[in-house]
Amino acid sequence: MFDITLIVNGVPREARVPARRLLSDCLRHDLGLTGTHVGCEHGVCGACTVLLDGEPVRSCLTFAVTVDGHEITTVEGLAGPDRPSPVQRAFAECHGLQCGFCTPGFLCTTTAFLRDNPAPTDEEVLEGISGNLCRCTGYQNIVKSVHRAAELLAEEPT
Amino acid sequence: MKPPPFDYHAPTSVREAVEVLAEVGAHGKVLAGGQSLIPLLNMRLAAPGHLVDINRVAGLGEIETDATGVRVGALARHAAVERSAAASLAQPLLGQALKQVAHSVIRNRGTVVGSLVHADPAAELPAVLALLGGSVRLASVSGEREVAAADFFTGPMESAIRTGELAVSAFFPAWDGGTAFVEVARRHGDYAMAGVAAAVRLDDDLRVTAARVACVSVGPAPVVVDITEACGNQSVASVDWGAVVAAVQERIEPEADIHATADYRRHLTGVLVERAVKAAADV
Repeated sequence: MFDITLIVNGVPREARVPARRLLSDCLRHDLGLTGTHVGCEHGVCGACTVLLDGEPVRSCLTFAVTVDGHEITTVEGLAGPDRPSPVQRAFAECHGLQCGFCTPGFLCTTTAFLRDNPAPTDEEVLEGISGNLCRCTGYQNIVKSVHRAAELLAEEPT
Repeated sequence: MKPPPFDYHAPTSVREAVEVLAEVGAHGKVLAGGQSLIPLLNMRLAAPGHLVDINRVAGLGEIETDATGVRVGALARHAAVERSAAASLAQPLLGQALKQVAHSVIRNRGTVVGSLVHADPAAELPAVLALLGGSVRLASVSGEREVAAADFFTGPMESAIRTGELAVSAFFPAWDGGTAFVEVARRHGDYAMAGVAAAVRLDDDLRVTAARVACVSVGPAPVVVDITEACGNQSVASVDWGAVVAAVQERIEPEADIHATADYRRHLTGVLVERAVKAAADV
């Protein structure tokens, strides 16, 4: 067993985990943060995407011990103190989700994507979210949501 | 879908890493980005007794570039190499191929050297290394050795790495000419059903003076074919593509799987050879 400390959503969190504990399971089981969803567990679906030191990664393809001491942002950490983040509000406004299972992954991916590319083209949006699967929406409204989030972010620089 | 238990080692230097690898021998497996290894663990297709996590090893993340080419350290992530302007300038084929490696989120974590060591015959980077005649540097307790790409890829998911060795970097030589990487996959980001990397050199009259291709997913390892002769010292517009395609198709050994028949892979490779060579010649 290994004692690790992860800075999750800005808060140092300690856990005692076996080496084989996936980051996704560490977040959900050891730290109780069930916002991160686990779909395929082999890196295909993107539902478990979290930000590791600001960059989106598959938490199901990362061992918790490997990222000991690093900063993790989960979907629980995206919202501001008073209201959901611009990306979250855009997804709600544009119906970018139906069942919501894939949504935490899309939100984390999109948050980092728009930080790196604040005014993407349609093609860039498709490329940016191509690693996340959604079985409900048909993606049309997700693409709309990403563009809307870009507008909202441009309106309220922080 | 949980990985089997293993003993975990987290060395902080290359020396320490190769000592651990020497000690655990054939039961040891190196973990870098883990984007291929962890799926194999999760699906229980691999169950190494010891994982040697090199993510804390200092000095392995470097990308060194000069006129001769690009040397990529074992911890340089796909995304870092893809975004390196210096690397793209010294060897544009790296960036052209990396864009087609899985998805951007996977590339944030996966490593270039890890892709080489994984040696999947459907993967892009082994083809790039093979096409350019690059090499992989391997360290062990008894020193370092540099293995040429032609000797490195020994079979599907098999490389020349010996027990106790750690791949510390790979060298992608520069190419005085044009390059391109084209592939066709069922879904964007999947492994390609067929793909072709091309390197082409033209003279002042735009005749092809050197051309070679590396084909993925059509053999146990990347298949490199020199097509200079088949191009017949012609301009790209006048090349007899039938002859070029035939020269490549006689060298490849495609197999059928759930994604494509062998015949389709053969056909696709022919189509992609022409496309890749034209793109590399920028016509």
